[in-house]
Amino acid sequence: MQDFLRGRAIREIGIVMLLLALLPLLLDPFRLNLTGKYMAFAFVAVGIVLMWGYGGVLSLGQGIFFGLGGYMMAMFLKLEASAPELPDFMVWSSVEKLPLWWQPFHSLGWTLVLIVLLPPLLAYVFSYAVFRKRVGGVYFAIVTLSLALTLTVLIIGQQGDTGGANGITDFRSFLGHDIVGDGAKLVLYIAEAAALALAMLLCVALLHSRFGKVLIAIRDREDRVRFSGYNTAHIKAFVFAVAALLSAIGGAFYALQVGMVSPSAVGVVASIEMVIYAAVGGRLSVAGAVVGALLVGLLKSYLSEAFPEIWLYFLGALFIAVVAFMPQGLAGLTRKLGVAR
Amino acid sequence: MNLEIAAMQVFNGISLFTVLLLMSIGLAIVFGLMGVINMAHGELMALGAYVTYLTAAAFSKFAPGWMDAYLFVAIAAAFAVTSAFGWLLERGFVRHFYNRPLDTLLATWGLSLILQQFYRSVFGPQEVSVPLPQWLSGAWEPIAGIQLPLNRIFIIGLTAVVAIGVYMLLTRTRWGLRVRAVTQNRAMSAAVGVDTNRVDALTFALGAGLAGIAGCVFTMIGSTNPGTGQLYIVDAFIVVVFGGVQSLIGTALSGLAIAQSQTTLEYLMSGSMARVTILLLVIAVLYFRPNGLFARKTRS
Repeated sequence: MQDFLRGRAIREIGIVMLLLALLPLLLDPFRLNLTGKYMAFAFVAVGIVLMWGYGGVLSLGQGIFFGLGGYMMAMFLKLEASAPELPDFMVWSSVEKLPLWWQPFHSLGWTLVLIVLLPPLLAYVFSYAVFRKRVGGVYFAIVTLSLALTLTVLIIGQQGDTGGANGITDFRSFLGHDIVGDGAKLVLYIAEAAALALAMLLCVALLHSRFGKVLIAIRDREDRVRFSGYNTAHIKAFVFAVAALLSAIGGAFYALQVGMVSPSAVGVVASIEMVIYAAVGGRLSVAGAVVGALLVGLLKSYLSEAFPEIWLYFLGALFIAVVAFMPQGLAGLTRKLGVAR
Repeated sequence: MNLEIAAMQVFNGISLFTVLLLMSIGLAIVFGLMGVINMAHGELMALGAYVTYLTAAAFSKFAPGWMDAYLFVAIAAAFAVTSAFGWLLERGFVRHFYNRPLDTLLATWGLSLILQQFYRSVFGPQEVSVPLPQWLSGAWEPIAGIQLPLNRIFIIGLTAVVAIGVYMLLTRTRWGLRVRAVTQNRAMSAAVGVDTNRVDALTFALGAGLAGIAGCVFTMIGSTNPGTGQLYIVDAFIVVVFGGVQSLIGTALSGLAIAQSQTTLEYLMSGSMARVTILLLVIAVLYFRPNGLFARKTRS
């Protein structure tokens, strides 16, 4: 059974990767760039599958880690774009010296190290403390939601240091290479898709290991696992840290793809929307989450262009329909059809 | 800090407290009774605000002479409309998601998006506001140098009436007894013959109606737009979670604590930093009292 499940998950990833490989041939550069933007959210959605689908922990604050990753990458790019001057928004807010915490982002190495280490570390420390107190369920959802709000308020309030509500914008090169042109977008897309494939495979490996079994057991009967001698808080916090890492990587790619980060990518609305990506694709399917993120994202850009009135109705109905009728999402649907065949 | 400023600080704190309490009291009742997080609570407040707007518009068109009294009609109308809507919502929607609290959260969020777009389609994306009745404009000046706006005083009085009313309803009536019984032990209440479905529906309707009153009150201190509800919702949750579910007194005290520290901190630092500090403080306190400051000890 275990081998069958793992095989199926890997097959699903294969299909998704094939799809992602074909898209550059089918889409014009503009649409491809959009796909790249939503692929950044796919990283978050994969993390949500791990944490929510398998761990039973719903966080409504994944935008925090997405934002941290995005802002760190954007700070690096902005320093490169404005060197040797101060970033333009600092000049406008008459900040005269670069704040100390901006200093590491002069170097790409430090930026990448911080993107990979800081969000998971924060996530682990915070959530271990919370889980050890046996706080979970809706409380955890509300607390993470309020943290997302806190970070948004903080970013907007500290305009001189963070760019405020406008975010950090207007950077065009990465180590001297242009990131705006069509060719650069293609390279970025390929790099992002490769990273996503790696992330999906690692997650499936994690889920189908012994660790994954314990995680599922925690979701279903946490006290039972605790009585068996496992430190469940540690395991849940670890998964939360993995999800935070994925979100931060997604955020970094987002900054590169979109060319800006703003508090709206961090906030309450964005954070909750990230959950629907995983829910639509299937909260128990790593590959499904990627499809969910791309599908909802592309529908969003299509519908809000063509029928701006309808988009929120549609998104609202989607939340309700998925929860009420399709708790396993699209992946559940295809799996059911596959079994029937 | 001299005396006048201190007095104004306390008044501002109490004023913010009553607003927070009105927002969160309905949420607290619903959350406490059913464990349902209603993410559309903010949109129910917006509904109350829009009902008030419509009432004011109707008065200025058909009975301009009675304009001074429209507020009382609006409060009643806002309560009636939102509680009726809440009742329908519980029967047709929310009750299908009991036992799945995380899914309820997402489903009611979906509902809130639909309601927002509905308001936008009907009332337009711009802000709407209502005229303040003549007798509420101006300020009361008990001693020279201290000016207390009349509309804020009215809100404080109204909140007191609402809070006492809810408290009496829950502790002095048979229906309140049933609500408290179901809150404490649902299975046992059902076993002794309480119609828990009916209690759920009516309680949800009451919670929604209170949101409607809160929305009506908001029109007195700010304008309304389709996204108004979303601005307040997280604050309302924080008050409820901080106070401890299942405890109305806890909700009230937590609202008071948050409001007073918010206004005090706003005096010392910028508004956004005050908000950040409060949120972090609340989370820190929740770490030591995970079930809220005033959680009841139960064996569950």
